[in-house]
Amino acid sequence: MSHFRSELRQRADELVSLYPRRRSAMLPLLHLAQEQDGYVTDEAMVEVAELTGTTPAEVRGTAAFYDMFHLEPVGRYVVGVCTNIACLLAGGEELLAHASRTLGCAVGGTSTDGLFTLEETECLADCNIAPVVQVNHRYVRTTTPELFDALVDDLRQGRLDHDVPPHGTLIRVRRSGGLRVAREELAAERAESRAARDARAATEAK
Amino acid sequence: MATLDAPRIVTSRAAYADSHTLARYLDTGGYQGLRQALTMFPEQVAAEVDAASLLGRGGAGFPAGRKWSMLRKSPVSYLVVNGDESEPATFKDHFLVERDPHQLVEGVIIAAYALQVTQAFIFLRGEFALGLERVQQAVNEAYEHGALGRGIFGSSFSLDIVVHPGAGAYICGEETALIEALEGKRGFPRIKPPYFPAVTGLYGEPTVVNNVETMSNLPWIVQHGGAAFAALGAGRSTGTRLFALAGRVRNPGVFEIEMVKNTFRDLIFDPRLGGGIIDDRRVKAIIPGGVSAPWFGPELLDLPLGQDEVAERGSMLGSGSIVVMDETSCVVRAAWRITKFFSRESCGQCTPCREGSGWLERILYRLEHGGGRLEDVDLLLDLSDNIAPGLTWPPQQTTICVLGPSIPSSIHAAISMFRDDFYEHVEHGGCPHD
Repeated sequence: MSHFRSELRQRADELVSLYPRRRSAMLPLLHLAQEQDGYVTDEAMVEVAELTGTTPAEVRGTAAFYDMFHLEPVGRYVVGVCTNIACLLAGGEELLAHASRTLGCAVGGTSTDGLFTLEETECLADCNIAPVVQVNHRYVRTTTPELFDALVDDLRQGRLDHDVPPHGTLIRVRRSGGLRVAREELAAERAESRAARDARAATEAK
Repeated sequence: MATLDAPRIVTSRAAYADSHTLARYLDTGGYQGLRQALTMFPEQVAAEVDAASLLGRGGAGFPAGRKWSMLRKSPVSYLVVNGDESEPATFKDHFLVERDPHQLVEGVIIAAYALQVTQAFIFLRGEFALGLERVQQAVNEAYEHGALGRGIFGSSFSLDIVVHPGAGAYICGEETALIEALEGKRGFPRIKPPYFPAVTGLYGEPTVVNNVETMSNLPWIVQHGGAAFAALGAGRSTGTRLFALAGRVRNPGVFEIEMVKNTFRDLIFDPRLGGGIIDDRRVKAIIPGGVSAPWFGPELLDLPLGQDEVAERGSMLGSGSIVVMDETSCVVRAAWRITKFFSRESCGQCTPCREGSGWLERILYRLEHGGGRLEDVDLLLDLSDNIAPGLTWPPQQTTICVLGPSIPSSIHAAISMFRDDFYEHVEHGGCPHD
């Protein structure tokens, strides 16, 4: 019995098939787990372990290394406010403190209604519109307390459902196309082309 | 005034609202570089990149052509593109993957052809949700267009590109850590030697790792020739480069300008670029190449933006990020926040980095927030010296990767340039700017 819903399990199997070794699908699969459950659950870890040929302990150990993976439940919206150097110079700390007041939760905490989790992030690479705010890893470009409050209102009212989808950085990433050829066949072709190149080099050397 | 007559090599179509679509890409010369490359022998394509003297745009500035030539003798298994842009205040690759994903994809196909690899990976920061969507869309469209897959444009060359998401870890920008992450593990940098993934890379096989901007230059280089690229800039710094300008400037942003022909002052003050300092204040300090780089004072504003020019003055152009601090900026707070970043992002393998970054962060915290002592200033330098002995530039290394020796850069610079600001914090019992 799969923990992943059938559509996600299908995507998971496709992801595994993309890599020469299945463990390479670890990070994308953990993103899928969050897409389904909001965070990486124990059940998902068991399934990711099975899919990647690892143990649940290895999956947990890997997931715990990466900031984007949550091992505990989080709010429907994870709000990240950057305070790194460019944002610091633009009032990032002040905006983070304001966000904490508006959302009614501490930095790192979740609001009592379970809607928001607030995080202090490292640089999000959008420094020309500082301080940078992301919600579920979508840039929302609310650089002032007023804009931030309007954003929260919009999120509460569901007005940003299109711009800010639920968790999952791959939620709108779908792969089509691909190279359906045996790797051995490709390797043989490359060997042939390298031999031709070496022959050219040898001719030139003469 | 800045010199802005160089061609736009990687930002030529960025102004279009639909710059990320295949239709716009084809309309503006897209995939012509690839078509041309496929009429050449792979080694001729590599020779053009060599002739361009294209320095890697990720941070280390290693010549891309030389990286490739290390692999000429043995077959390369994989091409991996580093799009894990996480050096604070660096946002040029973010710009490229969202605005011109096809240009990146075309560059990757050209590089793969030159290297004769059939499998490439584009590793993108997990936080780039839109970037991931756009690059995957570009890959999908390239397949449909015949630019990817079996027998590209009717040639005998085949290639697959997999778009791989990161998950939030600065260290994965380090190429061996990135490979570990791509293998589905924690992003722990690998012990050197071997120094280059060219020897032992992905799955232990020869691998080339190149940055997003480096790849994005290739369609132009193939179409116009390596010599045309090398004719731009000066010395070892050829071509144009993207500079991500942030901090206390009126008009922060990503600007493509010719290497060496412009100075820090041109970039920061030209009305077509940075537009000067907010409220016309004075520059206090600039961070020239990401927070791993030592800072410069205003006396170096007229230094040309070139790799060697900046290196000769004891810093680096690094990731192409430039942060401007003005007289209202607190340098102690800046050094503290940068150190907090390193402490948070240290992977934890090496003691000097893991422990040292935390100690330094706590000392800087108490200086900034009250409780600092006069002797803390020299203590900071002493601790820094334990991480990067001698506090030289480039730094001595006591750790597996360069994250550790990058930690002292801002601390050493801030104390060397503004020691009195630190003492002022001690006397004031915290930050006088608060």
